[in-house]
Order: sequence, then structure tokens, then C-alpha cells
Amino acid sequence: MQYSEVVMDHFKNPRNVGRIENPDGVGEVGNPICGDMMTILIRVKGSRIEDIKFSTFGCGAAIAVSSMVTEMAKGKTLKEAMKITNESVAKNLGGLPKNELHCSHLGVDALHKAIMDYYSRKKGEGIKDKRVEYIGERKGKCYCPYCDTEVPKATPYCNKCGKPTLEH
Amino acid sequence: MNTIYFDNVSATPIHPLVKEAIITYLQRDGFGNPLSQHHIGDAAVEILDEARSKVAQLIHAGAGEIVFTSGGTESNNNAIKGVAFAKAKKGKHIVTTSIEHQSVARTLRVLMRMGYQVTAIPVDKYGLVDPKDVEKAIRNDTILVTIMHANNEIGTIEPIAEIGKITRARNVVFHSDAVMSCGNIPIDVDNIGVDLLSIAANQFYGPSGVGALYVRRDTEIVPIIDGGTQEDGRRAGTQNMLGIVGMGKAAELAAIEMEERNSHLLTLKKFLIEHLKTIDEIYINGHPDLSLPGLVSFSVDYVEGESMTIMLDEEGICVSTRSACASGSLRASHVLIATGRDYTTAQGTLCFSFGMDNTLEQVSKALEVLKKSIAFLRSMSPLYKKK
Repeated sequence: MQYSEVVMDHFKNPRNVGRIENPDGVGEVGNPICGDMMTILIRVKGSRIEDIKFSTFGCGAAIAVSSMVTEMAKGKTLKEAMKITNESVAKNLGGLPKNELHCSHLGVDALHKAIMDYYSRKKGEGIKDKRVEYIGERKGKCYCPYCDTEVPKATPYCNKCGKPTLEH
Repeated sequence: MNTIYFDNVSATPIHPLVKEAIITYLQRDGFGNPLSQHHIGDAAVEILDEARSKVAQLIHAGAGEIVFTSGGTESNNNAIKGVAFAKAKKGKHIVTTSIEHQSVARTLRVLMRMGYQVTAIPVDKYGLVDPKDVEKAIRNDTILVTIMHANNEIGTIEPIAEIGKITRARNVVFHSDAVMSCGNIPIDVDNIGVDLLSIAANQFYGPSGVGALYVRRDTEIVPIIDGGTQEDGRRAGTQNMLGIVGMGKAAELAAIEMEERNSHLLTLKKFLIEHLKTIDEIYINGHPDLSLPGLVSFSVDYVEGESMTIMLDEEGICVSTRSACASGSLRASHVLIATGRDYTTAQGTLCFSFGMDNTLEQVSKALEVLKKSIAFLRSMSPLYKKK
């Protein structure tokens, strides 16, 4: 795969990997079924992103994008962060191979979703992307609450329909 | 950085004696057209005939039953479309499996749009097809059964000798995509009862872009490349002489060295599998015994395939993956899904395919890098929970 030096750097030395205890905003996009999944967590102070962390299941470009987008957003105001586009992420990475551009969309979407989640929590609207907190259990076996396929007990995602089953 | 090449399913390196044969031919003249009426053409015919008989000997066929093509894909297209069009009046039903290579699967999809019907037989968790299911699927209007000999993603070797008996009894043409198997495991076309077989030179240390289609005498098939009378009227166009010279030499060497090569490949394969089992949440794909001697396909939970191949490539190690990102299709491999692997795990699949030049030392190095890569990527994955 032909990746730029910047992409390879962000892939091998990703910035901001990890989790935040009780995040102020959570943005999750993608789906392991189609091969890319990104979660971005933010801590907001005043109107700035004080801390930001990511976790990603995906290809080299996906990991590099997650690292770059979190680096671009850290310390910015929420307004500034909402203005970050997938083109600017791809540009800062020195370009991405054509069929990996969708990864740059995912990264920016995850960031924006996290910010929107923060706003809606602030408004008291509660967590918008309501997650089901348990897997339906019958006769000792576990079932996906959306499509009713049997799933292993501690799975975060239903492998048939891709919908999340547990609060992470 | 030293290259460690574990991607022989994509293409094998060219054998030094094959290189020598091609260079010798180039230095002689390297250009004669076998159809020409003069002595340069005659010399080309001799070279063509020699290569043809070497390829025929590899599968115990008659030289006149070998048609040179541009590779496995063309052979597959020719076999399937050629029979479909030749037998359209008898029927339009074709039987295949759910794990065929794209050059078979897409060709069949094109035929379906033209009104043909295709039954794709499912496989078990090892990727094996049951010959009884093939028998049940054959109807009165079935004109072709096309089932691959060895699968290119998981290495499973199908029971084509048994299937050949069934197709013979039911008088249906039997084609097998033998691109992965020919030159690597022994094939005798009469023992397995095939009517058509696809062969590719770059799977047994020959050059890419050249292959062959075995066509049993009296098999009804129409050409898909029309024009001059080359290849006995079965495939028009002046032959790829450089490629064919290479293919002939590669076929000769494959027949001689096959047993020795396979015993070496099995040693590497066993070593890798033994050590893979020490990594948790890794699953080996394919059948434990009925499998290509040099191919190991395994799926790693919580990690995506392309990111692993990059980390391995950074240390010079070349392997392949079938993740959505890598294939550009945004879908997991149809072969892995057909064996029952779930979508997420299928995205983390790697294929190590060994060649005769690989060593145990190289496998050890690769394992070291692999373990580090998996640990690194799992630490970043939202799906991995540290226990």
C-alpha cells in the first residue's frame, strides 16, 4: 500500500490512543462488519476540547486519520473543531490513497458526533445515541436485541446486524 | 531491509532455471511467429510444441489438449462461457460452489444476466463441498459443473475426483479451476475425471500473464477470443512466446521437484500453525489436512487485516489479507463468510503462503513481528477488552 510518510508516522506512533473516564462527549462511527470503526471521546472545559482520545478498529489509513483528527482537535474550541473537514485531515496527512478517502470522512464524523453528543447532554437531552444496556437473555443464551440472532455473552456488537449491544 | 516473501498465492517468484530459459530464448531470437511459413516460424513451432508437451505431462494429458492462454482468469472465462454458449440448446443450468475465485464467480454472474441459472453449493466450516450436494443439484438441464480444485484464500482441497465420477455418470461437463493446485499438488486428468482445467504459470514459479486451459478431447466448447487459427482454432492471437517458454520450463521443474518442495512447505506450515496457537483469539481457516501444503490462513480477533499487513511490510514481510479495506470492496471475503466466520473476525484475516525458498528462520522472524503488531493494534481497538 502506498502511504505517505506522515500517514505511516501517525500509524506507527498514533497520538491520543485510549479512553477517558466519564467522557463529556462520545462519537462512534462505522461498523466492524464493513471493516472500519472509530470511537472518539472528549473532555470539554469552558468551550474547549481539553482532552481527546480515540480507539479504532480499521486499516492503516483509519488509524492514521483517527490520530490526525484528534491531534487537530485537541485544544481547539468546539466551534473550531466542528469546522474541521475530511479534506483538511487528508491534506495534513499528505494525501490518502483514493480508496481510503472514506476513512477520512469517518474520522471527522466521529469527532463531530462527539461534539454534538456533548451539546445534547448539556441541554439535558440525555445521551442521543441511546445504547441498549443489556443483551436479551433467554434460556441461558444471549440474543441481539435488534435482530434476535444468538450472540456470545460479552460481545459489544452483534455480528449479524452490526448494532451495538452493550454500553462500553 | 531483507524481503521475506510469504505471498506466493499472489504470484510465485520466477525459478532461476525458468529465467535462464527465457533469456536463452530471447538471445536466440525471441520473436518468431509459429504460423509463419519460413524457418524462423518453424523454430518457433518447435519451441511452442516443447512447452506444450511439458505442460501436458504435468497433468498427464495429451499435448493436443492444452490451449495456451493469458492466465487463470482467461482460462476460467473460456471454460465457463465456452461451454455455456456451446451447450445453450441443451440447457442453461450451471452448478458451482459459494467459494469460487472472482474470475469464476463474476463470469457466472454475467451469464445469469444473460438468462443462465446458477446453483452455488454451500461449503462446511472447512470450506469443503459435499459431492452428494453436487449430485443433488444436477438437473436435466445442467450443462456444466465448475468447482475449484484448491481454494486460493483458505487452501482447502476439494474432493474433485469424487465429483468427476458423478459428472461422468450424469454426462455433464466438469470444469475445475486448478490455478492454485496445478504445479503444486499431483494432478492426473483421467484420475479426477475433469473435462476442463484452468492453469496459471505464476503459481509454480513461472511468469505472470500466461496460463493454459486443458480441454479434454471431444469437449464441446466455443472460443471466446476469435480471429486466426492459433491453438488449433481454440484461442486466436499470436502466442505469448516469452511467457510460454517460461511456463514450459516451470512445468517441467514442477513435475520433478514437487514432492521435495511440498515436504519443505509442510515443515514451514506446521511450524507456523504450532506457534500461532500460542496467540489468543486467533482462528485457523480451512481444513487441517485437505489443504495446500504451503498456505496458512488465519483470522485475528479485534484487529483489521490491512493494518497488520502494513506492520509486517515495515519489517520486509509480505503477506496478503482479504479485509474490506484491502480489497476495496467494503465487504468481507465471501470465502470466509461461506465457511461461517463472522464478519468482524473475517476482517482480521491474514494469509501466509510459503514458497520453496522460505526458511524456518524467516517464519520465526515473522511470528515475532506478528505478535508485536497484534498487541499494538489490539491496544488501540475499541473491540478488545483486556482480561
